[in-house]
Amino acid sequence: MGESSRPCTVWLGSETGILKGVSVSRKQAFNFCNSSQLSRQHEVRTLCWADAAESELLVAAVDGTVKTFSVEKGAFTDTRSCGDPAEGCFVGMAVLDNGAAQVTCAESGLLRVWRDESREPATEIRVGSDVARMRQNPEHRHNVATGGKDNCLKVWDLEKPDKPVFTAKNLRNDWLDLRRPHWVKDMAFIPGSDKVVTCTGHHQVHVYDPSTPQRRPVLEATYGEYPLTTLSLPAAGDSVVVGNTHGQIAVLDLRKGLVRGCFKGLAGGVRGLQCHASQPLVASCGLDRFLRIHSLENRRVQHKVYLKSRLNCLLLASRPLEEAECAVGEDGQEVKEEDDDVDEVWDAMEQVDEREQNLKRKTPEEEAENSNRKAQENFKSKTSEDGENPEKKTPEEEPPKNKTKKRKKAQA
Amino acid sequence: MDITEVPVTQKGKGKKKKNKSDKTKTTEQPAKMETDVEVKEEKTEETVSFPPAFSVSDIKNKQRRHLMFLKLKQDKRKQKMELKKKRKRQEKMLGSKAPPKQVPKTIENQRVYDETTVDPEDEEVAFDEATDEFSAYFNGLTNPKVLITTSDRPRGRTVKFCRQLATVIPNAHVYYRRGLALKRIIPQCVARDFTYLIVINEDRKVPNGLVLCHLPEGPTAHFKVSSVRLRKEMKRRGKEPTEHTPEVILNNFTTRLGHSIGRMFAALFPQNPQFVGRQVATFHNQRDFIFFRFHRYIFKNEKKAGIQELGPRFTLKLRSLQKGTFDSKFGEYEWVLKRHEVDACRRKFQL
Repeated sequence: MGESSRPCTVWLGSETGILKGVSVSRKQAFNFCNSSQLSRQHEVRTLCWADAAESELLVAAVDGTVKTFSVEKGAFTDTRSCGDPAEGCFVGMAVLDNGAAQVTCAESGLLRVWRDESREPATEIRVGSDVARMRQNPEHRHNVATGGKDNCLKVWDLEKPDKPVFTAKNLRNDWLDLRRPHWVKDMAFIPGSDKVVTCTGHHQVHVYDPSTPQRRPVLEATYGEYPLTTLSLPAAGDSVVVGNTHGQIAVLDLRKGLVRGCFKGLAGGVRGLQCHASQPLVASCGLDRFLRIHSLENRRVQHKVYLKSRLNCLLLASRPLEEAECAVGEDGQEVKEEDDDVDEVWDAMEQVDEREQNLKRKTPEEEAENSNRKAQENFKSKTSEDGENPEKKTPEEEPPKNKTKKRKKAQA
Repeated sequence: MDITEVPVTQKGKGKKKKNKSDKTKTTEQPAKMETDVEVKEEKTEETVSFPPAFSVSDIKNKQRRHLMFLKLKQDKRKQKMELKKKRKRQEKMLGSKAPPKQVPKTIENQRVYDETTVDPEDEEVAFDEATDEFSAYFNGLTNPKVLITTSDRPRGRTVKFCRQLATVIPNAHVYYRRGLALKRIIPQCVARDFTYLIVINEDRKVPNGLVLCHLPEGPTAHFKVSSVRLRKEMKRRGKEPTEHTPEVILNNFTTRLGHSIGRMFAALFPQNPQFVGRQVATFHNQRDFIFFRFHRYIFKNEKKAGIQELGPRFTLKLRSLQKGTFDSKFGEYEWVLKRHEVDACRRKFQL
């Protein structure tokens, strides 16, 4: 099992309770589960890395258990009960202190911190009902954000669990002075600042700035007309990728809130979306049972993998997705460098090739053209100059001879 | 490796080009020789050196063009017939040794392979299907009970269509919509143990949409309805259908999406058909269009069977499949028809 799990760079949790690993470079997908124990009770809700080295995965299932999956061994090593199924399924999971503590959040709004092997949670916070997502700040790992339906965005410091660090305020009433409905579906911390970006069930994208006294969003953008389900921040910054229930994914600019581009090819609603930490790639999965990897640069589909069950969540490894291809690319670069530095012989060879190519490209057409032109000129200049024709022909015939010589050299 | 491969191909090309250039030269030389002799004629030849391919559309006289076009068509037809005759004659001559008949290329038999095509031995898909929303029906726990309603204020054909659909589907009840919202109807249906809600939408007195919502947990499918033919409009139809539960034929639902849709149709009808009734409901999928037909059959003798269409007949095309009960605003869609993204390839089918 370990052999198959090590090269996997994309991990997906499915509705049938199967953990799936996809190795993009080998174009293979693996299932990690006991096929005899399949049940919807094990439906995977969230995935996260258990440590910074990305050697272990935490898999949160619907029945309130969190399983540890070792990438090295390719098997589940540990199971821990982190709540009742009655409390609703998990909406978020995070790891503190490099794996020493785990944070889980259930739909009912119970946010718990589990330390070591103790059965009782170290801290327990009630973050409000109907929580749709809990996310951790990748820079300050003690900060988590929560939000849900009629439950506005709150940022919590887990070391001071009494009060939220930041509580967002609902939007201003509309022009009829009616309350605007509030439905946070997903959020992310913008690296390098305190800002938090959220997407809502009413197809809005909001940016909140806790560092300012303003508690309402500092930026509001809308995309499409269907509820947005997930979002992710690309490594490049300044933009956010959002996905909705109709299988539309778009990149929004965070400076003005305009759509930068859309990704095509999805058939069903998006459930999981993640941008790669270093490469310009975005992976998406959802109800259409496909994993798709798009390039953020040209927005084309790079990879498309059919995974047989509806997919709930997605986790990318931070190393390059296509290790083999990357290696090839690096090799190519190295080769080029060598070329520049050392091999003059090769340089010479290449130049010859180029010339040859040029010649080959030019000669037949040019000759034809030249001959035509000259022929025409000849006709115009009438018979008096006919005597010169053979002389003119000879220089035309010479270049092919040169060519053949060069070719012989190249062959030699 | 690449470096070695590339020049080889170039050389090949280069040789070819050289040959060509040689040929052109050889052809040019005699031309030039002629130019030496007669100059004026050469000029005329230069202008007409490449005679354009003859085409009927180049004729400027309309009548003549028309005539020529007719002639062209006739010629083509003649040629075709001759070829056909020749082939037939050959077939007769050769008998059994004749070359096999050519199968015409259609977009169906040229279908692009769909990776979601269900493999019956696949454990994971089997498990997924065994535990989906229809598992209660397929395990024999529930019996279908269907509510048929329409959009607000149905007119003429839509009402008749609903009634006839109710005679096809056993245990179906037609209700007047009374302007109720679907989201409010659904909980009431669930409370009354309905397993399906069918809503027929109409536009200008013509039924044009069908929402098929499985209860209590979904999914919901939205179809476009076209070419509805009611019983009265049918030629050579049989007598009114009986109350017996019909058999169901589901044709050609191969992909994962097709399977879910097929299961959805299957769950409309009770599981144990009454063969006494000799009635069959067919859902035939062809090029993503689902054709519905309702027949009565009879075994005339050991080899022959006769069928008689009872009607109604209509065609469905899937627009979307949504997870959960009807919620077009906040529901999560499992599959949506995106015409400009999906239909790029005409040989790719979704069902």
